[in-house]
Amino acid sequence: MTLSVDIGHQLGSFRLDVAFEAPPGVTVLFGRSGSGKTSVVNAVAGLLRPDRGRVAVDGEVLFDTGSGRWLPPHRRRLGYIFQEGRLFPHMTVKQNLSYGRWFAGDGATESMDHVVEMLGIGHLLARRPGGLSGGEKQRVAIGRALLAGPRLLLADEPLAALDEGRKGEILPYFERLRDEVSVPILYVSHSAAEVARLATTVVVLQDGQVVRQGPAGEVLSDPEVMPTGVRGAGALLVARVARHHEDGLTELEAGGVSLFLPRVAQEAGREVRVRVAAHDVILAREKPEGLSALNLLPGVVSAIRAGEGPGMLVSLDTPAGTVLARVTRRSAQALGIEPGAACHAVIKTVAIAPEDVGGL
Amino acid sequence: MGWLGPEEWQAVALSLKVSFWATLVGLPIGIFTAYALARWRFPGKQVVNGLVHLPLILPPVVTGYLLLLTFGTTGPVGGFLESFGIVLAFRWTGAALAAGVMAFPLMVRAIRLSIEAVDPKLEEAAATLGASRAWVFVTVTLPLILPGVLAGAILAFAKAMGEFGATITFVSNIPGQTQTLPSAVYAFLQVPGGEGPAMRLVIVSVVIAMGALLLSEVVARRAAARVAGG
Repeated sequence: MTLSVDIGHQLGSFRLDVAFEAPPGVTVLFGRSGSGKTSVVNAVAGLLRPDRGRVAVDGEVLFDTGSGRWLPPHRRRLGYIFQEGRLFPHMTVKQNLSYGRWFAGDGATESMDHVVEMLGIGHLLARRPGGLSGGEKQRVAIGRALLAGPRLLLADEPLAALDEGRKGEILPYFERLRDEVSVPILYVSHSAAEVARLATTVVVLQDGQVVRQGPAGEVLSDPEVMPTGVRGAGALLVARVARHHEDGLTELEAGGVSLFLPRVAQEAGREVRVRVAAHDVILAREKPEGLSALNLLPGVVSAIRAGEGPGMLVSLDTPAGTVLARVTRRSAQALGIEPGAACHAVIKTVAIAPEDVGGL
Repeated sequence: MGWLGPEEWQAVALSLKVSFWATLVGLPIGIFTAYALARWRFPGKQVVNGLVHLPLILPPVVTGYLLLLTFGTTGPVGGFLESFGIVLAFRWTGAALAAGVMAFPLMVRAIRLSIEAVDPKLEEAAATLGASRAWVFVTVTLPLILPGVLAGAILAFAKAMGEFGATITFVSNIPGQTQTLPSAVYAFLQVPGGEGPAMRLVIVSVVIAMGALLLSEVVARRAAARVAGG
């Protein structure tokens, strides 16, 4: 199941020109607010009719200005999870969940019981959306989209309206969707942490243009793509859970190097992805001694990107994968950090929060 | 109803019948018009809006006279309808038409307000879940505007019960045919000794109006609570 998008649209003075392919898995449209992410998703859903272009799912054309084809939203069979949930206030949770199913007829393949169980919303079925918490609403919204038997799930910043705690509550459900349901997901986000947790593929948007697209690990570790001035920059490491220690730490193994993290939920032997924020990484030219930080990764500087401010983003190739470090220009100059220079990346164990670790 | 004389009772019953049909037939047209005014953009929208509100502003006698010119047996629409055996002038059906036209602006205003309060994003969500436009309206829009529709219907009913000027101009004041409650009050006041029956009809009128208002309050509150889903 592949989604291919190639559209152009003028919105006032804003020009959207976007082309990308979304393979199976989670494709994250990543960019700041105002970069055109929501317009792209709306064009795929049929809620926005672009001036020109073509949108196709697995070869079936949903929209094509060349042939004049335009499939209205209700005939596209896509599940859309909105930022604000948009549950129907006059229906119970159960009626909300059944809504799309009824129109889909035989097209709805997911069983109600399975979806209700997966999202943990069995105790809410008789209630109305008015009385639900933000997190509960969003879980119901996910279920409602899924039960409509979609060929593709669209999610427009589904966590943005939730507080940090609730985000942590919903993210695992999207991981389960990615891992347990075969439906591909197009997911809009401006949060690097969400991208790191979920993305199989990343499409980076800036001012209505695609500036980069590719596998998540590659795109996230590329200093040219990640905004240097934003705290959001960070690389993605894939590791295996080696063992849980008595003192509350979990030891991960990545490329022959050990990483120590606060206890993670995954069992030993499972593969996980860990997001290491660039501002949590310290660089050292010599191997430091007598340091409290538990994680030391030896590596070689592969790229440097200077931003407008005093900071620079350095990417370091280590045996565990590419790590991004945000350092000041002054330090970079003083230490002679340049492509090819050997360095050690120092990462404090406690800097990695449980939200930064996700299943693979 | 021994309390009311036969002529008085006739007027009350006729008024209830006229108002009931005026409201029932007007409702789908009112919902459609309110939806078009609230949601669609089309040329001449302001003209339509003006026409809808005209009966509210024109003297009722003028509205009644215009109805007579249009729907009278020699009028363009009336003549056409007569060829199918439908006569409105000087019949109770004509009274219902006059009452419906006069109540129409109130009905449309109430419904339009409730449609404008419905978030179009909910309708978009329904569309992405596979609902065509018509289904979106039936399953999402209509249930959500139900309080406004009921309020508009009750308001229109009450207005129809009280309609006088356009009715008497268009269909006259024929006892048993077109003599509605207000027309009867007027007729009784024209003859000596008519104050008693007139006063009884006034009381009935007040009771029905108050009842309608209370009913609309209760219905609207219940519907609103159901939609808010507390």
